[in-house]
Amino acid sequence: MRVLVTGLGTFWGSRLAQALEQFDDVEVIVGLDTNEPRLPLERTEFVRADSDYSILQRIVKATKVDTILHTHLLVDSTENSNRRMHEVNVIGTMNLLAAAGAAGSTVRKLIVKSSTLIYGAGKRDPYFFREEMERTTPPHTEVERSLLETSAFVRDFAVDNPHVVVTKLRFSNALGDDITSPFARSLSLPVVPEILGFDPRLQFVHEEDITGALIFATRNDIPGVYNVAGRGTMPWSEICEVIGKRRIPLPPFFTNWAAEPLRMTRVVDLPPEVLDLLRYGRVVDTRAYRRAGFEYKYTTAATVNAFARSLRLESVVGDSNPSYRYESDVETFFRHSPAIIREGNE
Amino acid sequence: MLPSGMPGHLDDPKSTTEQASYEAVQRVMEAVKGEENVIDLGPSAEQSSTRALVPIPARRSRELPDPEPPDREIRRGDVDPWGRSERVRSIARRIYDPLYRYWFRVQWEGIEHIPTESGALLVSNHAGAIPSDAPAIMHGIETQLGRPVYGLAEYLFRDLPAIGTLWSRAGGVTAHPDNAYRLLKEDQQLVLVFPEGAKGTGKLYKDRYRLARFGRGGFVEIAMRAGVPIIPIAVVGAEESMPILFKSKRLANLLGIPYAPITANMLMFGPLGGLAYLPAKFRIRVLEPIHFTAEPDQERYSRARVMDASEMIRGRIQEALYDMLRSRRSTWW
Repeated sequence: MRVLVTGLGTFWGSRLAQALEQFDDVEVIVGLDTNEPRLPLERTEFVRADSDYSILQRIVKATKVDTILHTHLLVDSTENSNRRMHEVNVIGTMNLLAAAGAAGSTVRKLIVKSSTLIYGAGKRDPYFFREEMERTTPPHTEVERSLLETSAFVRDFAVDNPHVVVTKLRFSNALGDDITSPFARSLSLPVVPEILGFDPRLQFVHEEDITGALIFATRNDIPGVYNVAGRGTMPWSEICEVIGKRRIPLPPFFTNWAAEPLRMTRVVDLPPEVLDLLRYGRVVDTRAYRRAGFEYKYTTAATVNAFARSLRLESVVGDSNPSYRYESDVETFFRHSPAIIREGNE
Repeated sequence: MLPSGMPGHLDDPKSTTEQASYEAVQRVMEAVKGEENVIDLGPSAEQSSTRALVPIPARRSRELPDPEPPDREIRRGDVDPWGRSERVRSIARRIYDPLYRYWFRVQWEGIEHIPTESGALLVSNHAGAIPSDAPAIMHGIETQLGRPVYGLAEYLFRDLPAIGTLWSRAGGVTAHPDNAYRLLKEDQQLVLVFPEGAKGTGKLYKDRYRLARFGRGGFVEIAMRAGVPIIPIAVVGAEESMPILFKSKRLANLLGIPYAPITANMLMFGPLGGLAYLPAKFRIRVLEPIHFTAEPDQERYSRARVMDASEMIRGRIQEALYDMLRSRRSTWW
């Protein structure tokens, strides 16, 4: 198996490459990104490249990859500008799919990491979104729009390339020791925001299940769209209680304006799609992926409990997971120097 | 050379025969495909030719819902996946009980028709500017049968701060067809629905006990799809507990609510009367359950069948209301 991972510089991409390295039948792992990997990697080849079509096409052709793991979809609008999200999500995916579908391409499997943000959050929503259901509100932020567009590209690609197994995974809000998301950041604050009078039902997925789900799709042929979220739901008030944080209410009307001072003072950035979640919540049906054979390690409640434990540790020890700095010279030394004794290489 | 089967080749006798044989193969293949569909969707899927009233995607029988394994994680709260909290509900019951017992003096008839375990759709008439029938029915069933009742209501509730959250904790769920289907079929719960909707609660006192239109019969289709019986319920007393004398359309539009009523209670007790009920005597009659012969989980149901059943249920509730009013001696006792 020869694998191409996009977004190696994101948490998801690095974590995934790390997990893929454990499999012996994965011969080659090529990682693309403009940023360096976040985690130490042993045998993944990192290519600093942006999502330019001609480069992608050359890489796909030259490496003869058979599997593409497209984890480079930006969903955190607090850390990325609209312009960048459009470039990376829409244009990047378009170029990647064009390269993967070019004549003579060896690609036989495409796995896309998407988000349940695609369903939006509104008052007319069903209490449980199944994969075939559509959002009830028009998208009003760039991240949602770009995800919808990307989704259409992937659908077209699947139709045009029936010989490729296309799996699309929609991940719920992620929590974990190492991952940063608007929710994780909000919950790490001394006081946690809420919208006065609203207590939405929410769902989380643990970072281990994220990598697990991506690996599962890599190892098995399961075409289709799947929601990935810890089963069960929890109201926001209970989540805050478990974490042990006081809630500070935002007014239920003109909430977006009220969140502006928090944004400007950089206390916490609550983009419109997160405010929608704090008002209406969102829960997805997680049974399709379980039916496909995937076994979760964490439920929503377990994810929140695990996150609470890691926050407690962090408050005492400081940084619970000192982040890794990619030292390219050191990595090159480990990979290519004759001084390193590699097993099974004689 | 053009491939055979192209329109340009129709003049050529040889390719016409090729075309014909190609078409024959297509027909056979389509027939085979059609048969597969029938097997997948159940034998009677083709009987009806109308489109579904409620847009629920069909589920193939082999993909029928498997129950989620129970979550053994220790939780602090007891809010269930629907947002209902038994703790909040029991507090609400404690507060509401005196009102139920001594103010409305609710009297039940035929409560044995409500199943003690399986799912059922409870369908009732709806009245009162702030409807007093839903809490009475839910309270009565929960205290007498000891099982929860989920009440379907307008999407409006999810937009109301505080009230919406309380409503949800007390067992309210928005009336999305998929919510109702899940509650009935997968969770086998009791679901209470008022097909008249705001048309019932917003009607004037002079129209009391005349049932409004029963929506588009969506409730029948959901019960058919979920394979549960419908249990009609007739409530007498709610109309008099908060009668609407006038309505202001302009005010309703201004406030963005379905109707803005001036109730008798407001005239008697001032603006505070907007929240106070008159002590009308409540009588609730549970009618015989209606079971459907239609196969559950079909892609669509014949509109004629759905509307027939809907009208039949409406007729039964209306008849029961007239019957109860005939034997009612006093509104208050």
